[in-house]
Amino acid sequence: MEALQIILAGSLVAITCGLLGCYLILRKMAMVGDAISHAVLPGIVIAFLISGSRDSVIMLLGAGLIGIFTTFLIEFFHKRGRLQTDASIGVTFTWLFAIGVILISAYAGKVDLDQDCVLYGEIAYVPIDLWITKSGTILGPRVLYIASGVLVIILVFIVLGYKELFLTTFDPAYAAAIGISTTLWHYLLMGAVSITTVASFESVGAILVVALLIAPPATAYLLTEDLKKMMILSTLLGVLISITGYYLAAAFDGPIAGGMATMAGVFFALAFVFTTTAPRLKRSIKTEKG
Amino acid sequence: MNSFFEFFSFADPNIRYVVLGSILLTASSAIVGSFTFLQKKALVGDAVAHAVLPGVCLSFILSGEKNPLILVVGAFVTGWLSLVLIDVIAARSKIKEDTAIGLVLSVFFGIGIFILTMIQKSGAASQTGLDQYLFGKAASLVGQDLVVFGIVATLLVLAVYFLFKEFTLIAFDKEFAISLGIPVRRVELVLTTLTVLAVVIGIQAVGVVLMAAMLITPAAAARFWTEKVITMTWLAAVFGAISGLTGAYISYVAPSMPTGPWIVVVVSTIAFFSFFMAPKKGIFYKMYHQSRIKANINDENILKALYHLGEEERNFYQQRSTEDILTKRSFERTPLFKGLRRLKRQGYLDEKDGLWTLSLEGKEKGQRVVKLHRLWELYLTEYLRIAPDHVHDDADTIEHILTPELEQRLEKLLDYPTVDPHESEIPYG
Repeated sequence: MEALQIILAGSLVAITCGLLGCYLILRKMAMVGDAISHAVLPGIVIAFLISGSRDSVIMLLGAGLIGIFTTFLIEFFHKRGRLQTDASIGVTFTWLFAIGVILISAYAGKVDLDQDCVLYGEIAYVPIDLWITKSGTILGPRVLYIASGVLVIILVFIVLGYKELFLTTFDPAYAAAIGISTTLWHYLLMGAVSITTVASFESVGAILVVALLIAPPATAYLLTEDLKKMMILSTLLGVLISITGYYLAAAFDGPIAGGMATMAGVFFALAFVFTTTAPRLKRSIKTEKG
Repeated sequence: MNSFFEFFSFADPNIRYVVLGSILLTASSAIVGSFTFLQKKALVGDAVAHAVLPGVCLSFILSGEKNPLILVVGAFVTGWLSLVLIDVIAARSKIKEDTAIGLVLSVFFGIGIFILTMIQKSGAASQTGLDQYLFGKAASLVGQDLVVFGIVATLLVLAVYFLFKEFTLIAFDKEFAISLGIPVRRVELVLTTLTVLAVVIGIQAVGVVLMAAMLITPAAAARFWTEKVITMTWLAAVFGAISGLTGAYISYVAPSMPTGPWIVVVVSTIAFFSFFMAPKKGIFYKMYHQSRIKANINDENILKALYHLGEEERNFYQQRSTEDILTKRSFERTPLFKGLRRLKRQGYLDEKDGLWTLSLEGKEKGQRVVKLHRLWELYLTEYLRIAPDHVHDDADTIEHILTPELEQRLEKLLDYPTVDPHESEIPYG
């Protein structure tokens, strides 16, 4: 039962990240996703200090704003300061992340957060961390509610904005011509990424969430070019990563999030070998026959 | 405050070692980082930084002790491996480079965290200190560690010193470097190796998570102050050293604090200051400069409008109201009034009861703008064969930019013409 709850939580997080990740890698913004996932850390700590808990709507909204702020800052330094994009990303997110770590160290006693949580989350505690109403009813693991809630939000976002996201990703010029604001959808997507990273923070930490944002969509992208198929594949991969990652961690007594990131890498490696060597094998077999 | 003096008097030899070590590590990373930055490979540095973690942990498991030399070797191996993987993934599949970087970075880091936790849970006594590589700890820079890291840092600086010209060339103009007979592939290989080494030693002070900042941020800050690569590298080294010193100090007064984040915050503050305040390239300077240009154009347009009015009524020195000016050219209210007052201060206009008159200088300046406008229109129609009804907008822009030298050349080229394509007279002073 505990294993099932952890795997379920991991799957929910991995699916949400994978769906958004598809857009990130197709828009060549994988590293912006990486930057945002680091940059929301100070927001999380500050919201934690103010509200005293992790599951507030304020925290999600605050994180969305910080993510958008990060995106804005990166573009501001790039456009106004003429700083090259890679450096602009690098300077901005390391700065915000450093502030987050300092805040955690400084308020170590007051905040129920530590560096380990930042690094690989606390998904193992999912079954213990229950949501109990004021009347005393136990509703089950709190994280499951948050993760499903965010998954629903992201699904609604993707379904309602499917056409806009699709066009601004593949043909921004056409999108602009028919009156879709590329800037607006750019920032909306970044806001969605921020909310997702914050919601995933507890489960997998600020850094490993990047593995879930990038690895499953990249693996799926090796196998298909159709966006819908890619999202379905990412979803399946998310579940697979969660299951295998959990058992890898159980076998070696390691952190579950680390196991998930490792397995995400393994699946990518398999797909990579399969897609790059299989066609060549086929060709060499054909030539042998011929 | 006491500890401040205690620290900065450097009386304690331990403090001296730590200070020296931190400065050496951060400055040498910043020096190598300058070239990573110029090659636009900043995020690759980020990937290497995260990818050394599994190497550090594996070499600990294999050797069973925290020997700095073995850790450096292990970190170096996985750091390099990550670079090779990024290249292979980007070259052999349709995955783009940035996705490959993010993928390798996060998966390597995940594996590293996995092994690190295994080591921690196995309860190996000497593992204490291994997690210092995550967020850095300058204070632990003593004894054997200091010697090993110090030697590597010195090697880095020496390598950059001897290969400075080659590194600069391949960062800016690879084609030219090839034509000069520089073995570009090999130099790039050396530079990449140096980047990996810089990360490997820098993590002692800054930690793997934030190491990228040590490569990128000092260089990015230095870039705003100078155009010269040599000056930029020196400045980056100084910025790195300042932040390293702060890191050592923080480590001294607050031993429980990780030093990496403090080093990064200090160097980021320097960077943000540079981004905004640096002369010539800074954001504030540019904004100020742009507003000056805008005001100048606005003022010249006012003088031009007044000159046009004078031309029409054959009297340049008549009093005119703002409404008169607005019949010639549409201005927004505020810039118009600001411009009029500025022109009065500068002696180009006289004012009486809200009516404005051109002064001698004002008439001359307005006349020059009109002359340039008409000369340019003529040039466009005669030499570029553009229809006379298409040349106005272009001339409206260029009239504020043309220098006296260009003005002379235009006059000569067009043989001192008297009328423009619209049969308006070209005024000479």
